[in-house]
Amino acid sequence: MGHYLRNRLLQAVVVILIIIVGNFILLNAVPGDLVDVLAGRGGDMDADLMASLRARFGLDDPLPIRLLDYIRNVLTGNLGYSWPHSQPVLDVVLQRLPATTLLVILSVITSVFIGTLTGVFAARKAHKLTDVILSMVVLVCYATPIFLTALALMLIFSVQLGWFPLSGLTTAGAEEGILATAADMGRHLVLPVVSLSLFYVAIYARLSRASMLQVLTQDYVRTARAKGVSERGVILGHALRNALLPVITMAGLQITELFGGAVLTETIFGLPGVGRLAYDAVFARNFPLLLGILIVCSFIIVIVNLLVDLLYMKLDPRVELTK
Amino acid sequence: MTLSTPICASADPVSHPAPILTVSDLRIETTGPQPAALLESVSFDIRPGETLALVGESGAGKSLSALAILGLLPPDAMRVAAGQIHLGRTDLATLSARQMRAVRGGRVAMIFQDPLGCLNPVLTVGRQITEALRLHKGLRGAAARARAVELLELVRIPEPRKRLDEYPHRLSGGMRQRVMIAIALAGEPELLLADEPTTALDVTISTQIITLLRQLQADIGLSILMITHDLPAVRMIADRVAVMYSGRIVETGIADAVFAAPRHPYTQGLLSARPRGAIAAGAAPLTEIPGAVPQPNERPSGCTFRPRCPRASALCAQERPAMPPATSGSKAACHHAGTSTDHARAF
Repeated sequence: MGHYLRNRLLQAVVVILIIIVGNFILLNAVPGDLVDVLAGRGGDMDADLMASLRARFGLDDPLPIRLLDYIRNVLTGNLGYSWPHSQPVLDVVLQRLPATTLLVILSVITSVFIGTLTGVFAARKAHKLTDVILSMVVLVCYATPIFLTALALMLIFSVQLGWFPLSGLTTAGAEEGILATAADMGRHLVLPVVSLSLFYVAIYARLSRASMLQVLTQDYVRTARAKGVSERGVILGHALRNALLPVITMAGLQITELFGGAVLTETIFGLPGVGRLAYDAVFARNFPLLLGILIVCSFIIVIVNLLVDLLYMKLDPRVELTK
Repeated sequence: MTLSTPICASADPVSHPAPILTVSDLRIETTGPQPAALLESVSFDIRPGETLALVGESGAGKSLSALAILGLLPPDAMRVAAGQIHLGRTDLATLSARQMRAVRGGRVAMIFQDPLGCLNPVLTVGRQITEALRLHKGLRGAAARARAVELLELVRIPEPRKRLDEYPHRLSGGMRQRVMIAIALAGEPELLLADEPTTALDVTISTQIITLLRQLQADIGLSILMITHDLPAVRMIADRVAVMYSGRIVETGIADAVFAAPRHPYTQGLLSARPRGAIAAGAAPLTEIPGAVPQPNERPSGCTFRPRCPRASALCAQERPAMPPATSGSKAACHHAGTSTDHARAF
């Protein structure tokens, strides 16, 4: 077990290093840099000033030198400096991380819970009317693009009904205090979480329905019935845990996908998250920031994958992590 | 492989007390617009402490009979169309779902063919035994654990305390079947339905399991319905035999009598298809029964064994042979029933 963890962490270091090198080279192949953006904004910058700015930001060194410098900095915890923010990159990313983390965690919990519940219920009613109707609803959820869901929800519940705030994570000048702040943030997060979850609810519903139907044909389910276990006991005590295994795998994928992939939702709902930050960084040619975001995200992804593996082992004793 | 003379504990079934299980005229059909009969007029009974073996090829309806007793036929696909199943004096069809659950694993327990697939892979052996103890004996916690250890000892599992915390995939095939038996015994059942319990095991382990079942039967007075096509196992354990073919019982009687003098051509064919004596010493080659078991919706008129039977006559096509009334020996549902001195020659 300890042996396994050590190997996995070693692998993680290599993976992150490859991500750094790959992204560094890729981003430097993109035409334009920070100075171009500044020059475009200023409008009257001459070539000398641009060259001196490039020298000041360290943009004129050869690529391998800059790469080595960058890696050396990363190893000491320095992800560079974000000039537009006038702050170290790490600080900028860490400021944005809580909003995204909250969004991702709430969305994963919501979609796993509702999706699995729907799937198990549909499996119990397989091929009956309830199942057919649920399948259609699920298909609609699956096929609707997130931005459309987000805009529709916003129109109905924020603009028309006024139940939820339109944008942002907190209300400016709202009540102080932990409870009040939490309630305020909760109200702001309902619509983003729902729009982000709907698609995944559909995925989990389909996954757990299929998985449950497959598990219910297994011999050990028949054994449980022959033992006198009630129908509820068969589903919850014997079938569900086996049926959950593919759901766990999917949840791991969802977390890692959302950490960088919640851009649309964050943009539409004006949430100060990492996805939004990355989007802005691209257009500002703020490559140190973009690289920093990629590194932080890959770090999170590696950790999440490790946790999923450990959880999987806990749920399925046949999986033994030895290598 | 030569078999020793089977030990037959109950010499005369007629003198036995009332049967604990009576299946009468059971008919199972597929559901759907055109129901096909999977099981037709199946009747048998089991007396306390007795072992009845249901023998026959795959698809004869042996397992269905056992699942029907527990009310575990797949509800979407099959249903009991006629007949009764009595446990003692209770008609099982009259029981509520809750009462039926008390029967399952309580008065009647079942073990299955593939002990790995039949144990839940994500639950420990202990958890799977104590669950049955909780349901049927109301035991929890340390008391349930202590009883589970006793049960594992009863089925001769070494280091029972250690095994409780193991998962099924860590155990050998024979060990898993012993665990299945321990789970089945948890509710202290009167009747054990053993659905091909030795089929997935190799010969040595299979013999051990049969021996264990016989010992348990002697120790705790269990009745067993043994479903199998393992004829040597039948000789070892069965008091009586019912031979099934294509959804019907075609011959039934005291095991010794059936083995010594089979009356139905199908039983005779089954017995000839089994190796006897030393094969290496140039013994007669194995005889097989030509053809295959017909599908439930393609059964021929009259006797369903007719197309494969060497004694088939015009009468067999017209009239389905009925099972004659009870006799002391064996009886067969066949127009041309009878022993032949060398029944292998018929094929």
